[in-house]
Amino acid sequence: MSNCYVDPKYLSVPYQLLSMNIRAMEVTQVLLNAQSIDGAVRKNAEESLKQFQEQNLPAFLLSLSGELANEEKPVETRKLAGLILKNALDAKEQHRKYELVQRWLSLDANAKSQIKACVLKTLSSAVADARSTASQVIAKVAGIELPQKQWPELIGSLLSNIHQLRAHAKQATLETLGYLCEEVSPDIIDQDQVNKILTAVVQGMSASEGNTDVRLAATRALYNALGFAQANFSNDMERDYIMRVVCEATLSPEVRIRQAAFECLVSISSTYYEKLAPYIQDIFSITAKAVREDEEPVSLQAIEFWSSICDEEIDILEDYGGEFTGDSDIPCFYFIKQALPALVPMLLETLLKQEEDQDQDEGAWNIAMAGGTCLGLVARTVGDDIVPLVVPFIEENITKPDWRQREAATYAFGSILEGPSPEKLIPLVNVALNFMLSALTKDPNSHVKDTTAWTVGRIFEFLHGSAVDSPIITQANCQQIVTVLLQSMKDTPNVAEKACGALYFLAQGYEDVGPSSPLTPFFQEIVQSLLTVTHREDAGESRLRTAAYETLNEVVRCSTDETAPLVLQLVPVIMMELHNTLEGQKLSSDEREKQSELQGLLCGCLQVIIQKLGSSEPTKYVFMQYADQIMGLFLRVFACRSSTVHEEAMLAIGALAYATGPDFAKYMPDFYRYLEMGLQNFEEYQVCAVTVGVVGDISRALEEKIVPYCDGIMTQLLKNLSSNQLHRSVKPPIFSCFGDIALAVGEYFEKYLMWAMSALQRAAELSTHTAGDDELTEYTNSLRNGILEAYSGIFQGFKNSPKTQLLIPYAPHILQFLDGIYMEKDMDDVVMKTAIGVLGDLADTLGSHAGSLIQQSRSSKDFLNECLSSEDHMIKESAEWAKLAISRAISV
Amino acid sequence: MAPHDLRRPFKRAAISDQQKRRELSLLRQEQNRRDAQQQARCLASSILSLQSPLPESEPEQSDIELETAPEIEKESGTLSKDLDVPRASKLRGPEVRKWFARQLMLPEWMIDVPDRLSQDWYVYARPAGKRCFVVSSNGTTVSRQRNGSILHHFPSALPAGAKTRDSSGSGQSYCILDCIFHELDQTYYVIDMVCWNGYSLYDCTSEFRFFWLNSKIEESAYTGVVPYVKDGLLFYNKHAHYQTGNTPLVLVWKDENCSQYVIDTDSKGEIPSQQQVVLELQDNGKLVTSDDPPVLFGYLDGDIIQKSGLHSGNLLRFAVSDGGLSFVDGKLDKADLNYLGKANRGRAFADSYSKVVFQFTVRHSPLKIDDLLASINSPDDQEKKPCDVEMVG
Repeated sequence: MSNCYVDPKYLSVPYQLLSMNIRAMEVTQVLLNAQSIDGAVRKNAEESLKQFQEQNLPAFLLSLSGELANEEKPVETRKLAGLILKNALDAKEQHRKYELVQRWLSLDANAKSQIKACVLKTLSSAVADARSTASQVIAKVAGIELPQKQWPELIGSLLSNIHQLRAHAKQATLETLGYLCEEVSPDIIDQDQVNKILTAVVQGMSASEGNTDVRLAATRALYNALGFAQANFSNDMERDYIMRVVCEATLSPEVRIRQAAFECLVSISSTYYEKLAPYIQDIFSITAKAVREDEEPVSLQAIEFWSSICDEEIDILEDYGGEFTGDSDIPCFYFIKQALPALVPMLLETLLKQEEDQDQDEGAWNIAMAGGTCLGLVARTVGDDIVPLVVPFIEENITKPDWRQREAATYAFGSILEGPSPEKLIPLVNVALNFMLSALTKDPNSHVKDTTAWTVGRIFEFLHGSAVDSPIITQANCQQIVTVLLQSMKDTPNVAEKACGALYFLAQGYEDVGPSSPLTPFFQEIVQSLLTVTHREDAGESRLRTAAYETLNEVVRCSTDETAPLVLQLVPVIMMELHNTLEGQKLSSDEREKQSELQGLLCGCLQVIIQKLGSSEPTKYVFMQYADQIMGLFLRVFACRSSTVHEEAMLAIGALAYATGPDFAKYMPDFYRYLEMGLQNFEEYQVCAVTVGVVGDISRALEEKIVPYCDGIMTQLLKNLSSNQLHRSVKPPIFSCFGDIALAVGEYFEKYLMWAMSALQRAAELSTHTAGDDELTEYTNSLRNGILEAYSGIFQGFKNSPKTQLLIPYAPHILQFLDGIYMEKDMDDVVMKTAIGVLGDLADTLGSHAGSLIQQSRSSKDFLNECLSSEDHMIKESAEWAKLAISRAISV
Repeated sequence: MAPHDLRRPFKRAAISDQQKRRELSLLRQEQNRRDAQQQARCLASSILSLQSPLPESEPEQSDIELETAPEIEKESGTLSKDLDVPRASKLRGPEVRKWFARQLMLPEWMIDVPDRLSQDWYVYARPAGKRCFVVSSNGTTVSRQRNGSILHHFPSALPAGAKTRDSSGSGQSYCILDCIFHELDQTYYVIDMVCWNGYSLYDCTSEFRFFWLNSKIEESAYTGVVPYVKDGLLFYNKHAHYQTGNTPLVLVWKDENCSQYVIDTDSKGEIPSQQQVVLELQDNGKLVTSDDPPVLFGYLDGDIIQKSGLHSGNLLRFAVSDGGLSFVDGKLDKADLNYLGKANRGRAFADSYSKVVFQFTVRHSPLKIDDLLASINSPDDQEKKPCDVEMVG
């Protein structure tokens, strides 16, 4: 305790600050009560804590930190105090998190320093749980303060403690450093401190550290600190040292240390792939030994190392297409290719270590599964080269009496179907397919059948379809394939689910087969079998019901005109199913969830059918007889819930609106409230996004008939834009939706013009420049596209209207925006196409008013010329249009 | 610092069908948005994309197969990604006729005289002949009738209408003219323009509209000599822009003096003793016109529907019986109809309300040229707008 630098005088303060409701003596009791098994006591305690927090936040936090630091208090209350403290600093939800950060920053400085002193002191507590909780609190405070350049002495004091403290405090300090690295981003901490942290951590990991807990904490801390080690990994000596210590730790007698060390290796494999060459040979030996001999948690990590290397090499090879020039950032070192002769046999061995019943257990993850998954990744990485290494294993094992051997052989085959060329695989498949079909019906082992059905599905997924030259499915075997799959759909749920999957890909392969599909003769039987599956009593297991509906969807999507009448017959069938879900009354929450899930599947299926039948005039025409009833069902699905809308029903309604056209107006009075509800659903932002898309569908369907609903819709959309609670991905579609509405209602949009334009202008200013990573650039481009689609719709909507002149004041800003994004040179093709189109729309609608503005703009001409000579057809087409519109505007 | 979960997807497709449904929906919405935008920018492009290389002078009666259109699209490479192609290429027979007919502006029949006829309306004598689109692009010119079938295929002096050595012109340029083919002198008379040299003329000014006469009706349009056989008068509202489908902003009026075809004839060219109308059968036996919204004319007996195997969407022919049409407050009140049979399958649409009423009044109490002239000369009308600056004449 000698080095605790907390001035005891601060510790007395919190007790004076305590509010009337809870005095110091009582905090412990309240925290104990909050964990009582008696619900009433617990509730009461939670209420007291809440009141305390609301009445005096600094005092509340101080008393919690005091509780945590006090060695005389029971461990449960110390832990809970720390946990509440931690939760007062961070939240999952972004908006809430921001609030908490601001709240902490504005807290009384004196109180903050006392709290920090308390938690730091707790690091040397004799109680492990208290230390660990304190570590997490410190990291959360650091996550808030370090980016603000506050608490500069933190890292220094943690590091100085490392050398002086006893083992348990040293362990806690290392753990704190690990959490800290997890909380703050590397650019916050200067290199000098990074060096010191890494030195302390790596020393703590080394074999010379006698205490297992310290060594484990250090190894886990390194895992988080690796992201800070860019400079150190570029220095050969430092990197050699880190790698040596990590590799040594994989040999530790303590299994948790070995596991943590392998986790570090996995992380290094993706973060520092390009630095691995000197070590890869040694790492292979280490991992191979671990895979063969170590305990499962360790061997899983060892396999994961190679899966992760595959991920890296697949990415690199995809990015550069295998052609390396001077400008590719990271070259491919072909580690997998080099390791192949040893790696593949090692992975094949793992396949024989299956667990019984792993296919029925959704959460299962074992060495056989990891090994097979890795084998699949290896196949994708090296392609053809893997085939000769795996074929002998398949041949040797596939007919063995032991099910493990047959299953392993089948799994090996299924795993290598993605990656190698069809030329290499098709001869094998032509031999194997018949065997597989026979195993699917005759093999006595369910596990083998499961893997066989999965493999057949993979065969269809990768080797069946118009892209493959020599078809593996012919008139001769098509009937047999369908018969076997339909038969397997009656097998145990996990096998049946895989059979559905195979059927899914069988149908998908005939997606663009033309007017006549080989599946046509079986269509009715297939649909009937799938519907039968959905009614199986055990359809809730192994995702079977979902798989059956998904397969039905794909069968419908890929159907041809020949079977259109059969798809039509399916409509009342699915409607009846949906109707049946609406009958149940007074459901438990569990039943309600199941009902909602089933409704989702049925609405999804109807959506697919509507989209299919709506895409051609004759079928659409016949389908429309069901429109009223279907809409009625959707509305009832909505009514099943009180505050949220059903996403799948919403999606289906979008498809229905498109098919229905202006007649959709008759549904609007009943539907509108759900539309509004969907737009208000910020929490499930997917639902909100889907609803925004449906507003677009409805605008196009109703055109000016949407006017009576526009006030409500526009108000909500504008609200959504200004909310910082709504997920940002919904904002670009909202802008596009402005364009849809404007195009639909024409000059009536005048009412909203000012509001929409100012929202657009703000967003345009923000999205002119991109700064940040690829993800942000991508987002900015989608935002730009939304903004531009809005402008496009507004201009075209106002065209030929006497109110065109209302748009003139906005033109300079819009041209400036176009200039801005052109100068920025980071538009993607979609934005470019939309942007040049807007230039045309502006000229088209404003005519001579736009002529001079366009001529004055800095880059319109260059932009146009660039687009005119674009390789991209869409850009070129938009540019041609813009050119004509501009030349007309200028010539007037 | 909990060990990270290293489970990877096992025996499962990476993309869920739900995600696929979402993505397909988004794709459809994007495509619909582009369609709408495209149509707003220029309806020409969608028509052009259907410009299939059908044999010349495709006879009217055949069901048109447009299956080959997308392939040709790829070859020509000019408008290949145009969005209507996949959809339109799947259309057959009556659907394709409907599709084409929807691209044309269709006049309503004049059943009463609009206000401000002299100020707000242009008029010209409609040439007798077949209404068609003339489309020039890629060095050739094609004329298509209202039903989508090709009338002629020829080189023309229109921009992009013929193959020339001069490649300076844009490969993307094209024209779409709304014409009437006048058999007698084998001439296309342009009655409106849709696109000129690649851009939309929805809002083009009057100098482009070759045959428009701003002078007084009786002198030029009605009695005047034109180099073609007249078939009624077309009135264009000045403020009307090109819009597809039925529009009350273009009106057609006929009498025996300016048209051979005032009263509808049957397929043999004879005037039936009773007026005939074509109506669309809807759900519940409703009989409606082609207007938007449709006008209800009555209900067909369920027995007839069953016996004749009729279904919703059928176009049916009726005779107007002795009871005729009766109106209350200017709106149709009752129609005495007698079911004759299915309409000629060349028909894409039912009759419009204005047509039925015009044909009815022509048989009973026609709107006469004097009525039109009277409205022009009415002092009231002239006082209202004595100095309309838009008057060109």
